[in-house]
Amino acid sequence: MIGLGHYLAVGAVLFVMGVFGIFLNRKNVIVILMAIELILLSVNINLVAFSAYLGDMVGQVFAMFVLTVAAGEAAIGLAILVIYFRGRGTIAVDDINQMKG
Amino acid sequence: MGYSLQLTLPELILSGASLILLMITAFAGDRSGRLVTWLAVLAFVVAGFVIPGVTDVGATAFDGLFIADSFAAFSKILIYVSAAAAMLGAMGWFGRDRDYRAEYPVLILLSAIGMGMMVSAGDLLTLYVGLELQSLAAYVLASFQRRDNRSAEAGLKYFVLGALASGILLYGVSLLYGFTGTTLFAGIAQGLSEGVSTGELFGIVFVLAGIAFKVSAVPFHMWTPDVYEGAPTPVTAFFASAPKVAAMAMLARVCVEAMGPATFEWRQIVIFMALASTILGGVAAIGQANIKRLLAYSSINNVGFALIGLAAGTQAGIASVLFYMAVYVVMTLGSFFVVMKMRDEAGQPVETIASLSGLSRTRPGLALAMALFMFSLAGIPPLLGFWPKFFVFEAAVQADLTWLAAVGIATSVIGAYYYIKIVKIMYFDDPAPAYERSGFGVESALILLSALFVSPLGYFLIGPLSQVSQNAAGALF
Repeated sequence: MIGLGHYLAVGAVLFVMGVFGIFLNRKNVIVILMAIELILLSVNINLVAFSAYLGDMVGQVFAMFVLTVAAGEAAIGLAILVIYFRGRGTIAVDDINQMKG
Repeated sequence: MGYSLQLTLPELILSGASLILLMITAFAGDRSGRLVTWLAVLAFVVAGFVIPGVTDVGATAFDGLFIADSFAAFSKILIYVSAAAAMLGAMGWFGRDRDYRAEYPVLILLSAIGMGMMVSAGDLLTLYVGLELQSLAAYVLASFQRRDNRSAEAGLKYFVLGALASGILLYGVSLLYGFTGTTLFAGIAQGLSEGVSTGELFGIVFVLAGIAFKVSAVPFHMWTPDVYEGAPTPVTAFFASAPKVAAMAMLARVCVEAMGPATFEWRQIVIFMALASTILGGVAAIGQANIKRLLAYSSINNVGFALIGLAAGTQAGIASVLFYMAVYVVMTLGSFFVVMKMRDEAGQPVETIASLSGLSRTRPGLALAMALFMFSLAGIPPLLGFWPKFFVFEAAVQADLTWLAAVGIATSVIGAYYYIKIVKIMYFDDPAPAYERSGFGVESALILLSALFVSPLGYFLIGPLSQVSQNAAGALF
């Protein structure tokens, strides 16, 4: 029988994968965008699992809001990435180092 | 329902105004930049006058999702004033670069709507949506100068770290929801009052970490110097003012209203952030050569002081946080307006601290204003900047956190070193090439106003301002 604990475990694993995806990734900014989506989706798994467990609709409504905001966030992220690429001609993470200190 | 709409009138006005202004920019193009800016300021003024709950304890709208009390009213007025000032100051700066696009005031309007929702949130859902509306507009603003590589890089860094912060906050939200069974602040407080479980503790930690990102408290400050340096100066001025107020007010409301029964737990986290922010903000600023970077560390330092007031957790503590943010916003906006005036003979913006050398001989008025802001940020007594620090430390001492106040005083002395170093560079070093002369425009008027505010003339405001902030803080308890 699959219970609440299993869903929370999957959510936690996805969340940690997303955070590590941002910090360990040295190659490409697109991968960072994917890692951010992974974090938001892990939250959605948590919300929906809790919602079903508690018999309360709020969690599912919240998940809808998260999905909508995630779409807007991805659009803005890609737009900023495009203007960055136009200026620098690269989107490698190691090259994002004009400012330091 | 009608009553709910009445309570959210400021947000409705600003939303309507932003849609209309966006239409104007779409049809009239960038020629309409100045018109749109002044109309946006008008929208802020109108919205400011219809804010409900200025005097009374407050009411809730939409079944508790949205709270309109004196705390929200105080924060909103502060947010609208600083957003309007940052918008007006930007006109001249961008205008010379021919980069001023009419979308700029619209983005600030949208961001201000999000901030209004953040300080009025009575539910984790409104909190999240408000925070995202504010952040999404801010990401675009950071990369507003599309042809400037540094601006694009600042936008990219801000986006990635800001999105990570929202993700961390959301994870905490999901845990709090799951373990208390509700997302309403009042319900969460009820759930926590029966003892704090491990799941709830994790939720509190994640939520506080996410908000710490937004107020740029150490250890979540690493985006601040880079974004402040790379973003166009007027945008940096905006980032350092209104969003800081909104995030700090939101943090105070979440800590008191939602996590009130878990004060023991969140206080440890807030004390750690306050200590780390004041120390790092004071020490790391010393070696900086770029004035915007220096002001970024200064803002980290100041957020630390405000967090000391929050750590007290009492009504006097929250009142001192509000008072601190009100004075801080004026000081920091004033310093950034001076930075906006820094241009070489060719009209290019200059950002090095070395270029301020001997400013007292080439531009005495500008040097005097900058010196006032620097002394005030350092907290030197005859200026207004002394009083918010005094109130914050007083609240900490009353809450038996004398050692925290002592560390705060020590770090404020360390911070005074770099503020006063700038005064020394302006008054005692050999003059560097003079800045380009500019007429007395909106920017100069704003510098004059902020300088008058922090000068001893501002003492007349201490009484009313502390009265109003006490009243606002009372709404949370």
